[in-house]
Formats: sequence, structure tokens, C-alpha cells
Amino acid sequence: MKITTGLATAALLASTSLSANAETLRWARAGDSLTLDPHAQNEGPTHTLAHQIYEPLIIRDMSGAFQAALATDWAPKEDDPTVWVFNLRQGVTYHDGAEFTAEDVVFSINRAKTDDSGMKELLGSIVEVRAVDDHTVEFVTDGPNPILPSNLTNLFMMDSGWAEANDTVKVQDVDGGETTYATTNTNGTGAFKLVSREPDVRTVLERNDDYWGMDEFPMEVSEIIYTPIQNAATRVAALLSGEVDFIQDVPVQDLQRVADSDGLVVKTAAQNRTIFFGMHLGPDDIENDNVEGENPLADIRVRRAMNMAIDRDAIKQVVMRGQSEPAGMIAPPFVNGWTEEMDSSVSTDVEAGKALMAEAGYEDGFSIQLDCPNDRYINDEAICQAAVGMLGQIGVTVNLDAKPKAQHFPLISSGGTDFYMLGWGVPTYDSEYVFNFLVHTRSDEIGTWNATGYSNAELDAKIASLASETDLDKRNATIADIWSTVQDDVLYLPIHHQVLNWGMTESVGTEVSPEDDPKMKFFTMN
Amino acid sequence: MLAYIIRRVAQSVLVLLVVGLVAFSMFRFVGDPVDNMLGQERTQADIERLRVELGLDQPFPVQYGKFLGQAVQGNFGLSYRQGRPVADILLERAPATLELAAVSGLMAMIGGIGLGVFTAIRRRGLGANIVMTSSLVGVSLPTFLIGILLIYVFSVELNWLPSFGRGEVVRLGGWTTGFLTESGLKALILPSITLGLYQMTLIMRLVRTEMLEVLRQDYIRFARARGLRERSVNFRHALKNTMVPVITVTGLQLGSIIAFAIITETVFQWPGVGLLFINAIQFVDIPVMAAYLMLISVMFVAINLIVDLLYFAIDPRLRLDRGTGAKA
Repeated sequence: MKITTGLATAALLASTSLSANAETLRWARAGDSLTLDPHAQNEGPTHTLAHQIYEPLIIRDMSGAFQAALATDWAPKEDDPTVWVFNLRQGVTYHDGAEFTAEDVVFSINRAKTDDSGMKELLGSIVEVRAVDDHTVEFVTDGPNPILPSNLTNLFMMDSGWAEANDTVKVQDVDGGETTYATTNTNGTGAFKLVSREPDVRTVLERNDDYWGMDEFPMEVSEIIYTPIQNAATRVAALLSGEVDFIQDVPVQDLQRVADSDGLVVKTAAQNRTIFFGMHLGPDDIENDNVEGENPLADIRVRRAMNMAIDRDAIKQVVMRGQSEPAGMIAPPFVNGWTEEMDSSVSTDVEAGKALMAEAGYEDGFSIQLDCPNDRYINDEAICQAAVGMLGQIGVTVNLDAKPKAQHFPLISSGGTDFYMLGWGVPTYDSEYVFNFLVHTRSDEIGTWNATGYSNAELDAKIASLASETDLDKRNATIADIWSTVQDDVLYLPIHHQVLNWGMTESVGTEVSPEDDPKMKFFTMN
Repeated sequence: MLAYIIRRVAQSVLVLLVVGLVAFSMFRFVGDPVDNMLGQERTQADIERLRVELGLDQPFPVQYGKFLGQAVQGNFGLSYRQGRPVADILLERAPATLELAAVSGLMAMIGGIGLGVFTAIRRRGLGANIVMTSSLVGVSLPTFLIGILLIYVFSVELNWLPSFGRGEVVRLGGWTTGFLTESGLKALILPSITLGLYQMTLIMRLVRTEMLEVLRQDYIRFARARGLRERSVNFRHALKNTMVPVITVTGLQLGSIIAFAIITETVFQWPGVGLLFINAIQFVDIPVMAAYLMLISVMFVAINLIVDLLYFAIDPRLRLDRGTGAKA
């Protein structure tokens, strides 16, 4: 205990001498946060900004691993697997000086569970949150929920007193009432305090010198100036000309240019997002093809042939300029359930593909429409164009229809497409999330992104069992089992895992987080 | 005169209503905002609920009627994207666009008229030919390319001027201005050149053609024969008579500078209404799109009206013609 105190003091001294320097981090990315209300939107850039100001109970560090934030430790209750117990960090204060207590956790979770919250789906299994004492909270779930903590990493804690005093207890509803106070004001426990904000223009944050983690994190950034720059060429130019220090979303064609510039570096990591094609394989006949009376996609030989026809390495080299990881499954490597074997399972073989097409009775091929977004994923339309040529080699004539995401995604929600591109991230880092949205039979509540029409009752039962299986080995076995059926049935055609690129000056030190959410308290500046 | 204005205003209101109707009938083709507003964990029930809350399940004439009903009370609704009142957002963004438009419009006027007169007077000179040839660049290069080129040369290579944003702004009541700070002025240079270059060359070519036409007229020869100074002939007698068509075009171009600043604003991340509109389209932020389109059409209609009235002020013959025309 003595030693740790000594170390802590040393760290404290070291960090105070460092923090004396005023280091401004000028940061740009393509989009801005949509709102400062931490529960209103479940969206990347919104959470990223919120993470500087507010804190959840648990965060993911820059490598994606769990780290204690406002909770110091957490575990299921020994005698009751439906209850999770969280011990809260003591002596934490909000930016306005109020103390963080268990009551705030209860308030925040209940606030995030309301109808107008964008976070409520992640909290669906929580029945009740109760404060045992000032620094202990119990989460009661509707059944054992072994992965509850991974649903809480973007669930920010607000001060109940502040919310009540400013009449912002409710999340703003979308249909046009009044703007709520929390949309434009903040009071978090986080490492940075809001100084000023003009949406879409400029947000300025300053270091919170009373932050509980001053000694635990580098905390070398004393001021953050965040400016969204939408146009990719301008964003890169701003970095090249030294007007910003750190940018996200470097376009692949400019990576070399940035990396070759003096004083600039590009850092790269696998992103938590897999790009794939979905096929409407469920019905007996589909609309957007030229085959009457039957559905070629329902034939597994056709799906296998299409899977073989797509040359993922060529897409990586030509379309993505090396910036992708060819994929065989819809889960990046750090997700529980991923195996190297499944992820590298497909190899390109046009001849075998043709043979399979002939065997299925489509030696003359068929034509089908591919729906593709053109402003959502990295080079999305170009990937689809490449796939058109590749599928043509086995006789599948693809008519590409590329459109903005606002028109593309409704097709997937409403079932208006038979062959489509989609990208999927796994925020919980667990395969159950993939199964719930992409594999389970589509209904109002579950399988919402499964536009394939695939329905397998046996598989659905297995997926349902994951939610409450507390024996992790058994659970992992079920996950492996489900994956093998998904892979054998060629439910989707995975293309690649996206790769993230961050550009920065040499003085900025950080790793690239797979969630694309830089947390500035981890940054070093020298 | 008054009857004329009243008639024009009535016509303008009709135009506005039609623009709004067309806009609302188009919004459904822009896409569906619901998917943007809900996270990927949304259920079908969420989609339905939100659609009803936003009134998107209603036919578009009903949506339009609701919008108009609120708009006449000055309520443009809340932005789907930002969750703040659209009127506040537009007011916050307008100064940036108006300042940019004013500077580039002024630049286009002064530069265009000056160079137009110069190339008309020294029609065969080397300088005039160089100006005429290089003006082709201004007419033919697309705006975003000019912007990117300027950024590359002046920001990345020379490091003289900022590549994005508005610099430091000073708040004066409800208005924010970049005119009062050094970084604000510097930030104005590249975007206003990008935005104004096309208009400048257009005005220049127009002034030149009109000037050449006027310089051939008899009264110019008489003026010269009377021994008036060249300066006085060129500017007082010739230039003044070229102004009617120039003002028409300039007026309409001022409208398009404001309306089509969209591209320039996107390239330079200029925080004006054009950038707001682009973001709104991508997100299918219907309240913002509707308010912006109405605002732009109000502006075009108003500019047209002002231009028409300016004719009377500049050219006394029009007043006379009108009078005789009515009698005949």
C-alpha cells in the first residue's frame, strides 16, 4: 500500500509538471456531434464528444478493452445471477461541484430508458436500477445477462440535481417541442469542460483540473478545439498546412500524401465495422431479378458461387488501396466469437463458381439489382462497381443502383431490396449482437436488420438462449455453433473489415481506437 | 407605381406558395430521415412511432399545410438533426453567408466593371487580350476545383491563408462578423475569390460588350469631337449607358451568389446557410430544407423586385416610355 501511494505521488508530481504546459489539440473530423444531450442520440461523433465531457460507469480504452470509469468494479451478485452490482468511484464531482452518487446512476439509467432516448434499446433487459447506498448500485435484469457491462460503455451519467434544477429531466422529444437545456449545456464528471460551442462550426473544451483521473491518465491536452470539416480534401489540407493537429477520416487516396509530409504521421487500425452484401434468400420469388417464378438466391449453390466470385484481395488492392482486411465473417477480430479460420474461409475461384451455377441450373446466369449506398462507407459505391464485374464472370449480371444513405437504408428497413450492401459494427464486442440484428428471424423487436428473409427456428432458439446463459464456456460453444450454421448457409457475402486512419502531427501521441472514438485524456502531447 | 408594387408582391406570394409545394412534393425522394434519427438498434416499432410523431405518415399536402400554418406564425419547427429551432439556426448561420456574398459580390462588381471598361477601351492592347483569355478560366473551371486549387497554393504550399472556417468572429448583437479581426479578414479572401470569380468574369464580359456597343454610338463621337476629356467620355457618358443590363445581371447574380454559395461553403467549411443546407439534405432534415428553400425564394423574388425598381431610378426613359405606353 505504501509503495502504491509513493508511485501515485510520483505520478502526481510528474503529471502536474506536465499539466503546467498549455497544450492545445486542434481536432477535425467529417461530422459534428448532433446534440450535447448524452442520451438523445446513439451515434458515433455524438458519443465521441460526450466522452470528453461526460463519463459512463465503464469505458473502453483506446485499444477497446474495458476500463473502470465511474464504477471501480462490477460483478454479478453471488446468489442472484439476474443482478449486477456496481461499486462506484468515491469523491467524484461534476463540473459544477456537485458530488456523483448512486442516485445519479439510477436517474441516468431511467432517463436513458425513456421513449425519446436513443439509448433505450441497449437497456432493454434492465428491469430496475436501485441504489443500495451512496456508492453501490444494483442493476436488476429480466434474466441473467452476462454481457450487461458492454451495453453501458456509452451510457453517460448526469447529475440528477442539475437536471431537475434546469428542467431537463426528460430527453428532448423529436416532434418539435422546446429545445431542452441539456441539448446545449453540459455538466459531466469528465476530463474536459465545455467552454463554448457553435454546432457544425467550433467546439472548445478545457481541461477539468479537478478531474478524479488527473494522475491516472496522461491528461496532457489542456484545451481541445474541435472543428468539423466535411470536405475530405479540405480536411487533409488543414492538416498539411498545420491548421489542425489531428484528423479522423483520412481519405484513402490521401494517406500517402499525409504520411510523406514532414512532421505528420498516419496511424491505422482495424475498425469495428464489416462491409458485406445481403441477399433476399427467403421468399420463393423476388422482384428485382429476371428469373420468373423462382428465387435464384434461395439456392445455396448460387450463393456459394457468388461468394467464390468476389475477389476480396483485388478489392483491397484496387478499390481500397490496401486499406481493408478481407473478411470471411461479419465480425472483426476483437469480437467474441471471431475465429481466424472462419474469417479467412473464402477463396476466389471463378471456375468452381461457374460449375456451381451450372449445377444449380443457371449456366446462362441471371440478372439482379444491387442496391448500394454512395455516402456511407469508405468507397462504398466503388466496391459495388468492382463486385458487378466480378459477379459478371460467373454469369450474374448485376445492375447497380447506388444512392445516398437516406434513400438506401429505408430499402433495408422496409424490405424493398433483394441484394444490398450493408456495414455492421459490434459495439458490445460480442457475437450475440450480430445474431440479434442480422441473423434472427425478422420481427418488430429482433432481427430488425435482417433483410434476407432467412428464418431458422432452431437457430433463433439458440440465439435466444445466449441472452441468459451465464456459463461462459457453454455460451461460447453456442456462439461457435450459430456461426458455423451462418457460414454454411452462406447467409451473407462478407467483403472486408474497414480500416481506420487517423492523421496527426508528430507531437500528438495516441493509438487508433477501433470504435473511431478518440478519448483525449489518453493523448500525449510533446 | 404603388399599384405596380402591389401587383408584384401578390405575384411573389404566389410564386412562394408554388415553390413550397414543389419542395414538399420532392422531399420524399430525398430519403427517409427516420433511419438517420434512430440508432442501429432501433426496432420497427420505433420507426413507426417516430414517423407518426413527425407526421411523415401524412400525405405531403398535409405536411405542407402544417408547415405553412406554423411558418406564418414565425415557427419553422425544430431541426431533426440538431434538435434546435430552425429559425435560430438560420439566423446564426446567415451572417457568414451574407458577409461572404457581400465581399464576393463587391469584388465581382468592382473587378468586373473595371476590367470590362479596360478591355473595351484598349480593345487591341496586349493587356486586354491577356485579361480576356484568362477570364475564360474563370468561366470554365468549376467552383470546387478553383477552391481546392487556391487552398493548395495559398494554404498548403505558401501557408499564407487559412484553408477552412471563418477565423475569429466578433459578436455584435445577433450578428457575428469576421470583418473586425485579422484572422476573420484573412479567412474571407479565398472563399470570396472562389465564389466571386465566375460572376466577375461574367460582369466583365458583359460590360465589355455593352461598352463596345455604346462607344460606337454617335453621341460618343460628338463628345469626342467636342474635345471632352477621354476619361469623362468613357466613364460619364459611355459607362453610364451600359449600366441597365449590367444591373439586371448583377442583381440576379447576387441572388445566385447567396443561393449557390453551397459549393464554396462546403469546400471551405464556411459556416453559412449553404453548408447547413447540404447537411440538411444528407440527413433529410425536412424543417431546415423547407425553411431554407422558402428563404431563398423570398430572396430571389425580393431581388427581382428591387432590380425592377432600380430601372426606374437609373433610366429616366423607362418612366417616360411607360407613361406614353399607357396612353397609347
